[in-house]
Amino acid sequence: MTLATLFSAPYRKIARDGLWDNNVVLTQNLALCPLLAVTGTATNGLGMGLATMAVMIASNAAVSASRHLIPPEIRIPIFVLLIAALVTLVDIFLNAWMHALHKVLGLFIPLIVTNCVILGRAEAFASKQPMLPSVWDGLMMGLGFTLAMVVLGAAREISSAGTLFANASVLLGEGFRFIELTLIPEYKGFLLMALPPGGFIMLGFMVAAKRLIDQRLTKSAEQQIDGLINIEQISELKV
Amino acid sequence: MNSESNSKTISAAVLFEQALLLLQRFRQQLAIWLEPSHLEQLRPQLGYQAGVLAGFALLAAILLGLADFATRGVIQLRLEEDLQANLEQVIPAELHDNKLLADTLILPSADANLGAAETVVYLAKKQGLVTAVSFKFVAPDGYAGPINIVIGLSRDGDILGVRVISHVETPGLGDKIEIAKSKWVLSFDGKSLDNLTFEQWAVKKDGGVFDQFAGATITPRKVVQAIRRGLEFYRAHQAELLNR
Repeated sequence: MTLATLFSAPYRKIARDGLWDNNVVLTQNLALCPLLAVTGTATNGLGMGLATMAVMIASNAAVSASRHLIPPEIRIPIFVLLIAALVTLVDIFLNAWMHALHKVLGLFIPLIVTNCVILGRAEAFASKQPMLPSVWDGLMMGLGFTLAMVVLGAAREISSAGTLFANASVLLGEGFRFIELTLIPEYKGFLLMALPPGGFIMLGFMVAAKRLIDQRLTKSAEQQIDGLINIEQISELKV
Repeated sequence: MNSESNSKTISAAVLFEQALLLLQRFRQQLAIWLEPSHLEQLRPQLGYQAGVLAGFALLAAILLGLADFATRGVIQLRLEEDLQANLEQVIPAELHDNKLLADTLILPSADANLGAAETVVYLAKKQGLVTAVSFKFVAPDGYAGPINIVIGLSRDGDILGVRVISHVETPGLGDKIEIAKSKWVLSFDGKSLDNLTFEQWAVKKDGGVFDQFAGATITPRKVVQAIRRGLEFYRAHQAELLNR
């Protein structure tokens, strides 16, 4: 395997699926429970996204490695067992070695077990694919999830408190204090956006925006094809 | 003598070779057993399915056990650091020369409505004399759930400091009980059961002296009531604690 493998057509499709076409949040509308619970700020969204991504990569790898061993009749209990064990490991390690982050995310890490996306990827992808594509799929789906979490968290944080990436230095270390911004000074705050209903409303806008962009893209692609056909017809006429 | 040790090394070498051979044979067997085609025959068998499930459960249990073993000490240390940081916020450093975490007294608190059957009281001592005490307690009836509070009291029962450690109150409304969000908890400093009457230990809406928040009355009301119960708990055990 070389680095070029990751840029070949099937891998590009996995990346495109995870990041945009089949995005966990924006297209599949899965994982809404952790999504609405933690995206009060962009920083929390980022932390939860990264933790979920780590679990997804590990669970995809574990499921792919043992896919021949696992009989289809008992695959779901085994997947759940693997995912629960991995999440508990992440929880323990974060608590021991990244304690400040664990204090921020602690409540939400056990929620990763209930994140249907991880089981979904194990079932739909990793149980049928070799190791490398499975890990790549976990990485890309996780990255797509993280991106959606950060964007939603940022939108809610700006509208509810006027800040962006508050407390990021707790999550990423003192070196990242510069990304903590106060965008709207003296902002009175808009409480609704900090509460779960605000998350739903903002998520609705994001899903709508993605649909709109997709529509534009297909339309312009069709126009291009139309254009090509016209040119062909013209050239045929000339011939 | 020499020949004897020679034969010993030879036999050891033979043993080692045999072990290697066995290992190789075992690996070959395992490789054959793990062939996808062989596993495909096994998969429908009930015994195999039970075995695989048990195997994965065992593997997960071993992994978790090892991780717990490796991190238990570190996590304990982190929790103690957290507690230490909390206690330092409510007991000024100049009031004690002992280790707060080491000098403790466990008192029964089932009747005091502090959220636990037993409360650990940390004693601050200077030259062996108790100068202040600190303990954690819970307001079990917060608006959205229990509110964990740590309090520091002087010998006479005056409040040195109060901090809310954790809570699940509404963000933007009830979370002003946090020191990071508002200076409200500082309004308890210096208050005691002596300089305020029982009726004054309440939010202004209930005829007391403490502010409530716009849009959130229940959270501060319950915090004030819990702190008053904490003070009463101290008064009930004051003599016992000061003689330590």
